[in-house]
Amino acid sequence: MHQVEIATTQQTVLDSPVMTLNMGPQHPSTHGVLRVILKLDGETVIDLDCDIGYLHRGMEKIAENRTYTMIAPYWDRLDYIAAVSNGLVWVETVEQMMGLDVPRRAHYIRTILTELNRIASHLLWLGTHALDIGAVTILLWAFREREEILKIFERQFGARLTCHAWRVGGMPNDSYDDFEQDVRRFIGNIAGRLDEYETVLSENRIWLSRTVGVGVISGADAIAIGLSGPALRGSGVAWDIRKARPYAAYADVDFDVPLGDNGDTYDRYLVRMEEMRQSRRIIQQAIDNLPDGPVNAKVPKLIKPPIGDYYHSIEGPKGEIGCYLVSDGTQQPWRMRVRPPCFMNLQALKKLCIGHLVADVVAIIGTLDIVLGEIDR
Amino acid sequence: MPLVSVPKLTFAQKLKRFFMIDLLKGLGVTLKFNVGALTDKDAVAGKGIYTEQYPKVRPDVAPRFHGAPRLNMDPETHETLCIACNLCALACPEDCIDVIPMDVEVVVAGKPRRKKVLDEFIFDTSRCMFCALCQEACPTYCLELTQDFELATYSRAGFVWNREMLEQGRETVKYEA
Repeated sequence: MHQVEIATTQQTVLDSPVMTLNMGPQHPSTHGVLRVILKLDGETVIDLDCDIGYLHRGMEKIAENRTYTMIAPYWDRLDYIAAVSNGLVWVETVEQMMGLDVPRRAHYIRTILTELNRIASHLLWLGTHALDIGAVTILLWAFREREEILKIFERQFGARLTCHAWRVGGMPNDSYDDFEQDVRRFIGNIAGRLDEYETVLSENRIWLSRTVGVGVISGADAIAIGLSGPALRGSGVAWDIRKARPYAAYADVDFDVPLGDNGDTYDRYLVRMEEMRQSRRIIQQAIDNLPDGPVNAKVPKLIKPPIGDYYHSIEGPKGEIGCYLVSDGTQQPWRMRVRPPCFMNLQALKKLCIGHLVADVVAIIGTLDIVLGEIDR
Repeated sequence: MPLVSVPKLTFAQKLKRFFMIDLLKGLGVTLKFNVGALTDKDAVAGKGIYTEQYPKVRPDVAPRFHGAPRLNMDPETHETLCIACNLCALACPEDCIDVIPMDVEVVVAGKPRRKKVLDEFIFDTSRCMFCALCQEACPTYCLELTQDFELATYSRAGFVWNREMLEQGRETVKYEA
């Protein structure tokens, strides 16, 4: 009689210890259209891969076919949470390339509004990060404060999110009538509100167990990967472009750069909370010393930077956002390259996540504070 | 695989945890807001309320707001201010403006002359990103981005506004509060 051989050694998905899990692109905790391919052993992440590019619009290529004035609104669409900071990179690069002398008042108003934008960006980060971890109340409070900033933006620029805030050589309009009053009222409120957030979160046992020791990165590793902004300062590296290469009116104001000790999610949270307080200090000093005068430099009708290349970067809310510009002397740039902070910061995701649980991946994506509009461009 | 390191708690921290000081502090803050919402007599008048009862209550939009486009007319003669100079179309990064001029015969100082006037103005609001560069380019303050923010239509063709729509504006439904 013939014996039937039963294949008992065949490998199936169930036999393998490694499971592949696709997180995103339509996942609320990936903060946009980010797809993370996780290799899991049970609940533990043993490997991961990021799939980006779902939001690619070809910004850098579009810029090669636009004049220098027209490119400015496209910069708002990179990191749409921090449109005012992004716009500043672009106009400052062109201004410095052309050697324009921007009036002091414009520099001060730029400083105030970019710092307000930093607070708005950090508030959105705080709200969504807390929501990912499970604290819903903070989201509502953070959006309440952010609303006040967006109202100031609407009155000043005419738009709330993608502001198209600056023009080469200065600003489209001077500050509106109640500008100082509105900003003073906001910075009067925000200090107490930040204390409230800290009371709810900083000592909360759930918050601590979800953030302390999660996603640890040393200062040397952070530099090697190319992190910047609060993600770098959370690891204890004192690097802030506002101090190292002052732009706008940052040379005239006094502020501290908060640093973390352990480089974990909790330290990055503390760094960002302290940064909001320092931003408040900067705004207070700038609004007290706000000079009078014009807000626009003398700009030629046709903006044509001299032939050559130039790199300029500022400290955006997420990190170093820079612009590398190659001009061939015509009305359109020959090449525009964005130095994106979120793209560089996302590279640390693999290093931070390995060895943690799936739930911690959500916390680590939150702590890196990424915006996919800027990663994909 | 790196291990997750959690720092050890001190005795004072352990004591705080045992008596739930951390949680009670946070609950105190949220309770303060709950009591405040119940006892605040001005709550109805809008004090401390950040939400709007749209569409019954319409938001107070800033004067500089970049909303729906409009072609302004001379308030006395009701003729268009547009001189068909095409500067707005050249300033637009998205190339969503088309200015179509036409020549008319006019008599200037007794002599017949040809004059370029506006025939048709096409504004594609579906591609517009409301950067207001066209508004800044306009030499006669004709093209303006207004405070009207309701731009939704039922079809893609509805996004393309012609001269008549740009001059008259769109009808918006107003609800009674």
